[in-house]
Amino acid sequence: MADPAQGVLQRSVAQEETQKEGRRRWRPQWTARMALIPAMMITIFCFYGFIIWTFVISLTRSRLLPVYKFTGFDQYARLFANERWWTAMQNLAIHGFLFIGGCIVFGYLLAILVDRGVKAEGLFRTVFMLPLSMSFIVTGVIWQWVMNPGLGLQEAVRALGWAGFEFNWIVRPDRSIYTLAIAGIWQQVGLCMALFLAGLRNIDPNIWKASRVDGIPVWRVYLHIITPMLRTVFFTVFILMSAIVMKAFDLVVALTGGGPGFSSDLPARFVVDHILNRQELGLGAAGAFVLLCTVIAVIAPYIYFELQKERSGRGH
Amino acid sequence: MRYNRLALYGLLCVAAIMILSPVFIMISTSLKSMDEIRNGSIFTLPVDPGFAAWSKAWFGDCAKTLGEGCGGLSSSFMTSVKVVIPALILSVGLGAITGYALAAWKMKGANVMFAALLVGMFIPPQVTLYPLIIMIRELGIFGTIPGLILVHVIWGVAFTTMMFRNFFKTVPQDLLKAARIDGAGFWRLFWHVMLPISLPILGVAMILQFTYIWNDFLLGLTFGGRAGQPMTVALNNLVGSQFGEKEYNVDMAATMLTALPTLAVYLLSGRLFVRGIAAGAVKG
Repeated sequence: MADPAQGVLQRSVAQEETQKEGRRRWRPQWTARMALIPAMMITIFCFYGFIIWTFVISLTRSRLLPVYKFTGFDQYARLFANERWWTAMQNLAIHGFLFIGGCIVFGYLLAILVDRGVKAEGLFRTVFMLPLSMSFIVTGVIWQWVMNPGLGLQEAVRALGWAGFEFNWIVRPDRSIYTLAIAGIWQQVGLCMALFLAGLRNIDPNIWKASRVDGIPVWRVYLHIITPMLRTVFFTVFILMSAIVMKAFDLVVALTGGGPGFSSDLPARFVVDHILNRQELGLGAAGAFVLLCTVIAVIAPYIYFELQKERSGRGH
Repeated sequence: MRYNRLALYGLLCVAAIMILSPVFIMISTSLKSMDEIRNGSIFTLPVDPGFAAWSKAWFGDCAKTLGEGCGGLSSSFMTSVKVVIPALILSVGLGAITGYALAAWKMKGANVMFAALLVGMFIPPQVTLYPLIIMIRELGIFGTIPGLILVHVIWGVAFTTMMFRNFFKTVPQDLLKAARIDGAGFWRLFWHVMLPISLPILGVAMILQFTYIWNDFLLGLTFGGRAGQPMTVALNNLVGSQFGEKEYNVDMAATMLTALPTLAVYLLSGRLFVRGIAAGAVKG
């Protein structure tokens, strides 16, 4: 018969053992939590906290410095009555349509060409992605020179004998917004090509064999079979390019400076200009918040899609 | 069939020429004299190539500026180097540790935090710009290199964390379990198991962070001040200054100098750059 006291002793030893075991298990977990603190602070304060802060500023009449005298949605009313803001928003729509559309069309075409089994495929890929490594500022400065109406492309083509050739969009208020799309597509088309190419490489080769047996022309296979299969790639490219368009600031600054006048201004530049240069903090904050809402409207489906993928991926 | 092939190569070559010609124009313009630029076409090769414009872009033109240095890009090149290297190491290091903690240690709320971080990557920097200015100013590092480094780490951590977390998620759980049974703690597991297998992704993250930080304009413009002006900001100022006659050859040489570091990294790293660029494209 066991001594009850011994039983208690045994139990307490066992308890201590599990406690020790627990501590040994618990400690690395604790370190892991500690390691997350910097990134967590950045996420909570510098991302979401600062968004709220900007929203609060947008409700005040702050000009040079934040003044916490609330005026409701006055700044938003001012913003929506501001002609320059509407020019910028309209430009965002034009530029977004041309830039995203151009990147998708040309990127997809390049990917198809590269995927047709050419020699020196690596060389072509390297060339098409070369502009990606350069900054928007560099891109803007190069294209500003190429499109220079006095000494650039216009003059060069005229010198070749086509005296009436005109390409002075960069100094024309009604055309300058299109120059942004030209330079932007030049820079980003390689990224779209790479994404589409990865998609094309994932296509089951049997589809090609089957279509060859059936004698379907290549262009129809691409149009009616391959393109629908790549719809998630199209979706991803669309989202990535929209994110770039809505943040577009550097390229406008370097290429046109928003000009002539404000004819090629974009919302991102409007916001920075009002916050940094024009002492219109409240108005700039309101613009920033509207910009954020636009981004969320476009990005939300993508984030949902990504997290959904993540969730279903965990089942494997 | 043969004509098809010919057309295919023809189209590819046309596309390659269209992509390369602006780069060609930049280089050839930078090697010309202003007289040649005024009298020739942008497409012609320089008749008498020289590096005069390059040296003017690098060292500046002392006759043009009044006092205070000569306005060349050499000083802002050094600023960019001093910002990029620490910011690169810190943001990639923090991203590696955070990504590892999120992926390998089962914690409540890890997925929520990852989602919050992922969303943060899409936030346009303009939205948090002013609060960030106040924070950096309160810390007393506004307009300094440490301030710019901190801002780059804050903006880079979402992207680097995402890269490492997604990579570490693919590591078999059995490997982690075995290491933990052997008594490996948080840091031992990181240094001896996870970091050695993550070298390729480490390379990708380094290359992309280098490219992003070097190419950044908005943060450098806002937080650099006069002392911490990185190269992109200096280039924009140089090209935008309406001081005397426009020297397009100097502008193009300065552009080339600004583009060279990232171009070199791209050409040398090849595949790694391509692998990462898609993952990082969301980041502006």
